[in-house]
Amino acid sequence: MSEQITKEVFDHLVGLAALQLEMEQAEYLRKQLNNQLKAIAELEAIPLEKDVPISLHGVPYEASLSAPPREDEWKPYPDPAGILAQAPQVVDGYIVVPDIPHTELK
Amino acid sequence: MEICDLNALELARLVRSRQTSAVEVVKSCLERVAQVDGRPGSLEQMPLSDEDKKRVHAFITLTGENALQQAEKVDQMLAAGEDPGVLAGVPFTVKDIFCVQDTLTTAASKILANFTAPYTATPVQRMQDAGAILLGKVNLDEFTYGSSNESSAYQPSPRNPWNTDRVPGGSSGGSAASVAAGEAPLSLGTDTAGSIRQPAAFCGVVGVKPTYGRVSRYGLIAFASSLDCPGPVARDVKDAAAMLGVIAGSDERDATAARLAVPDYLEGIEEGVKGLRIGLSPDYFRITYPDPVSGELLSQPLPEEVARAVTEAAEKLSAMGADIVEGVPMPNTRFGIPAYFVISRVEAASNLHRYDGVKYGLRSEAPTADLKEMYKITRNQGFGPQPKLRILMGMYVSAAQYSEQYYRRALQVRTLIRQDFEAIFDPAGAYRLDALLTPTTPTTAFKMASLYGDSVLMQYADQLTVPANHAGVPGISLPAGLDNEGLPIGIQLLGADYAEKTLFRAARAYEMTTQEEDWRKQKPEVLRGRS
Repeated sequence: MSEQITKEVFDHLVGLAALQLEMEQAEYLRKQLNNQLKAIAELEAIPLEKDVPISLHGVPYEASLSAPPREDEWKPYPDPAGILAQAPQVVDGYIVVPDIPHTELK
Repeated sequence: MEICDLNALELARLVRSRQTSAVEVVKSCLERVAQVDGRPGSLEQMPLSDEDKKRVHAFITLTGENALQQAEKVDQMLAAGEDPGVLAGVPFTVKDIFCVQDTLTTAASKILANFTAPYTATPVQRMQDAGAILLGKVNLDEFTYGSSNESSAYQPSPRNPWNTDRVPGGSSGGSAASVAAGEAPLSLGTDTAGSIRQPAAFCGVVGVKPTYGRVSRYGLIAFASSLDCPGPVARDVKDAAAMLGVIAGSDERDATAARLAVPDYLEGIEEGVKGLRIGLSPDYFRITYPDPVSGELLSQPLPEEVARAVTEAAEKLSAMGADIVEGVPMPNTRFGIPAYFVISRVEAASNLHRYDGVKYGLRSEAPTADLKEMYKITRNQGFGPQPKLRILMGMYVSAAQYSEQYYRRALQVRTLIRQDFEAIFDPAGAYRLDALLTPTTPTTAFKMASLYGDSVLMQYADQLTVPANHAGVPGISLPAGLDNEGLPIGIQLLGADYAEKTLFRAARAYEMTTQEEDWRKQKPEVLRGRS
């Protein structure tokens, strides 16, 4: 785990993350990420048997303690206009965004 | 002592018996805010004045007028012979990561600067239904990403009431600072790696991370969904217990909120610790930190004052009848931060994709050619460096080619950390502990600007609290003295799943036996000179 996040990999991540960074900030963030990778590399020091299960959460979700799924009932929201009012741009009840780029599928 | 310095249960008793009014209580708290808080956090870039450096700056949004109206309603109910609830007239602050209907809910981020919540988070609603009065929304690290509050987009960030050159801790720094400074007796915070317990330790107050699922997360802006726990910040153990009793319980709006009856946490809280088995682990008496130059991880013993506070607490608990069990192995403690660097980032990256400038929050006003460019410019302008770091690392370690190496391995390490706790709390195991006693933090409150910018060193501030988040178990931090600079030291009690009642009992016993000690008579710097 001694690898580094190269500039090329970093730029790829920035695109995937839908970010657009100034050069100075990009350098700072890449350096910090590589420092974090050094800390993460300590996980390598752990002798892990392959059959150690993963834990997606700490406390077990036992059926007796978990809420069952709710009925799939349609309930009108009392104030849709209030929700739409939060959107940066709305026309006639529709949220407006800039042009959506299209890609021709081959 | 002023009204605002009384604890929550005493205030509720005085209000309910009409020896004082809820309005008087709220006015007293608002006066304290006016005296100590200074200007609230804001997006305006203003240089810090000397005056700013002496203030607490806990708040982003103060809802004083609304609080007075709510207080009048409580007083009217009492006058009409109705019961406003167990926390009648008790003011509380809320970390600005919880939605509260019709209030600004910013997550201390520019990207949510204009967001007004359309609904109220379950734990906030439960506080209000119990008669408590929301005083305002308090500052935090941006999206809770930090341990000092300095990453907030809303500056000035909070400062430690015990010494305003020091950080209050984080991410619930505004919560802990507001309670320590007497601005409110209670605050609602969240704990993902120690974000309630660490600032509670730094500010000399009590902070509780409940068992994961004990308190609903509905209405909480998510950081790492498998780790986030809402919980109380209070000035003493009984207040924290009372508050948890109010906010805990199942919720049909959060499938992870456990359907388990909420006990009366105050019942039996003063029964003492006789017969309780309380463990000490050598793995919590060594700390790891990265060398500032090489980045190499080094290990060293805890600072002597912090270690002594824990061992002296153990001696006091022993004197009261607890069985102290030494040498308890917690071998995977040191892997808590490396695993957290992976798991929390993956979950954070997923949760942060929703902020896109379309439905709510900031949208850049810069001209953009298309939707993708709008996303990028908006997210660049709206997010500070800490959210960006988490998104980028989360995407890297969960990418298909790295996920086995990083994410899967971190989740396996999480299993080992969980197994450490299961082994020591197993009633049929070798240790059969009721609680594990540890320091809360490796150090007392550090100086403003001393760590901020070094994301690795800052993360290691949480190394003694994060294992409980991986395991999901409950923990409580409580004050245990002052260091030689007069800064609070916190100790931590960790327990088995849903064992909060036992932790409150042990914590209250320690609190009672140290009640007359000199350090308890000391006041935070911002309150000195007041009668």
